[in-house]
Amino acid sequence: MKELTYAEAINEALDEEMARDDKVILMGEDVGLYGGVWRTSVGLQQKYGIKRVIDTPISENSFVGCAIGAAITGLRPIVEIMYIDFITLALDQIINQAAKLRYMFGGKVKVPIVIKTTAGAGKGNAAHHSQSLESLFCHIPGLKVVMPSTPSDAKGLLKSAIKEDNPVIFIEHKLLYPKKEILTEEVIPLGKAKIVRGGTDITLVATSNMLYKAMDAADILKKDFNISCEIIDPRTLSPIDFEMIIGSVKKTNNALIVHESNKKAGIGTYIASIVTENAFDWLDSPVNVIGGLDCPIPYSYVLEDAVIPSQDKIINKVKEILEKG
Amino acid sequence: MPEKINITKDLKVDFFKQMYTIRKFEEKVKELLPLGLIRGATHVYIGEEAVAVGACSALNSDDYIVSTHRGHGHCIAKGGSLKPMMAELLGKETGYCKGKGGSMHIANVDCGMLGASGVVASGIPIATGAAFSSKFLENKKVTISFFGDGASNNGTFHECLNLASIWKLPIIFICENNGYAITVPAKISTSVKDIAIRAKGYDMASAIVNGRDVEEIYKVTSDAVRRARDGKGPTLIEAKTYRFEGHWIGDPQVYRGKSEVESEISRDHLLDYEKKLVKENILSVSEIGSVKRKIEAELEEATQFAKESPFLDASKVADDIFS
Ligand SMILES: Cc1ncc(C[n+]2csc(CCOP(=O)(O)OP(=O)(O)O)c2C)c(N)n1
Repeated sequence: MKELTYAEAINEALDEEMARDDKVILMGEDVGLYGGVWRTSVGLQQKYGIKRVIDTPISENSFVGCAIGAAITGLRPIVEIMYIDFITLALDQIINQAAKLRYMFGGKVKVPIVIKTTAGAGKGNAAHHSQSLESLFCHIPGLKVVMPSTPSDAKGLLKSAIKEDNPVIFIEHKLLYPKKEILTEEVIPLGKAKIVRGGTDITLVATSNMLYKAMDAADILKKDFNISCEIIDPRTLSPIDFEMIIGSVKKTNNALIVHESNKKAGIGTYIASIVTENAFDWLDSPVNVIGGLDCPIPYSYVLEDAVIPSQDKIINKVKEILEKG
Repeated sequence: MPEKINITKDLKVDFFKQMYTIRKFEEKVKELLPLGLIRGATHVYIGEEAVAVGACSALNSDDYIVSTHRGHGHCIAKGGSLKPMMAELLGKETGYCKGKGGSMHIANVDCGMLGASGVVASGIPIATGAAFSSKFLENKKVTISFFGDGASNNGTFHECLNLASIWKLPIIFICENNGYAITVPAKISTSVKDIAIRAKGYDMASAIVNGRDVEEIYKVTSDAVRRARDGKGPTLIEAKTYRFEGHWIGDPQVYRGKSEVESEISRDHLLDYEKKLVKENILSVSEIGSVKRKIEAELEEATQFAKESPFLDASKVADDIFS
């Protein structure tokens, strides 16, 4: 039983998978000697050598493409993109190549690549270092998208992602790295959600750092308004565990989805549509979504706070849904 | 070396003032960041001042520059005012970008400073586009694109050198080679020792300059600017420089030795230039003292202004997305 931070849990997953399989390699900017700006690869270059833990130039499209080429020819690369904002430079390789190669080649290749990266606002890094782009990747057939919120999930899901034979976008949240927990050491398959807290009045589906805001909101809703929230963390956003979410909604008859990615054309509206299609007769209210404001992330904390979903916004929305319902 | 370019006494004084302003501005940033008044990733330009000052002094006020994530020095050198700059770093409504951009997105479009950028190398195509429009509009404006050695490994750098070369654009690419991209030394990430050599592959003129020598940078850039204005096409200038500080404030700098850093800092071009001005009888020691005090007072005033300014109201957060 050991207590690790989210960053340390990720580091341990990388370490264990690199020890298990010598075809697993890690490349990215500053991941080697320094151990990554998020400290998730500390010690790995020292342990596995510069052959397997590689500091790359600032050439995102090309080193991601290079990892894809290596993946279809026998290696199992993990690529770190320092901030998800810079993944946009590699979208040709990710969207046109990694996601489609197997299909285009009639199932003749496997693309076992993990692209690990960091999303989220809250540090005053402004529009180029704060985005939550998970919804973008959920839109693309051929990609799996993972977004862990706890150290145990981060470790368990990263290990599964590395063993997965398909491209996985593994999205960490920059505010979660210091979060500590005694690890459960569970194997967590991709595509399985988790009921974080049982409840009866409404289902809250919350991703990544929003899980904590949803839990805090649920505490206050219980204490001050006697509203019981069931909280689900999907953990994998694509493919998403609709069975668990729909099962919960059929029990609570109400649902609110909360994510940091901005709302427009986002994963939340997709979840809402599938829930509505499959559980319409059970619903007492429309399925609601709270996402980030449809706005680039601003710099000042006053403005940044206005863009990111807050605990108060969740509380008010839940009350509004249940009052109307 | 370019043909004779004269540097007046006034210009030399101006070089000193600008470099000193940048140095003091960045020291103030270092002071305000741990207090939480400035937040987020903030990259200071200490050690590299001569590059922005020498290069921007070769431009007209309506010429363009495009900056990087390390943009405060470029902004000051292109005529930015300290009050709206400091206010932007403190996230205030009176800042150049109303507190929406912050350090990494500082822009002063009215002075031809078309913005810093948080995405490495992303400014290079924007600069190429500004030069394209100047050529198209025949307005004789010239653009400088600043970027680091790390950025020169990004595809956009190579693609833009090609574009600028085939279209003979009025642009000067200035690579600030400080030897590192965050923690990664250029020698393990970059195929060449001298970035300037990369110009050859695009049939472009190039030069290497001492990034601590403001006068040399001014002369070489002036020559490139003249050729660009005359329709003779782009130039790649590599300035060999060194960042005295960590990549970020608090960087433990495990990637470079203490003795390396100390020896680089001990050769401080700002002190050297001050001595040079005294030796050449351009300014006396006491005149230098009063120049410095004036700059320090302006900076204090700017900091006070920034502190007292209001934040943009949250109700306006989604303004300015579309025009
Ligand atoms: C596309 C992209 N990749 C990675 C980063 C993270 N990053 C910020 S600064 C930097 C190093 C840049 O090095 P260089 O271009 O030499 O400029 P310097 O910081 O040395 O001035 C990196 C990798 C980024 N901002 N953008």
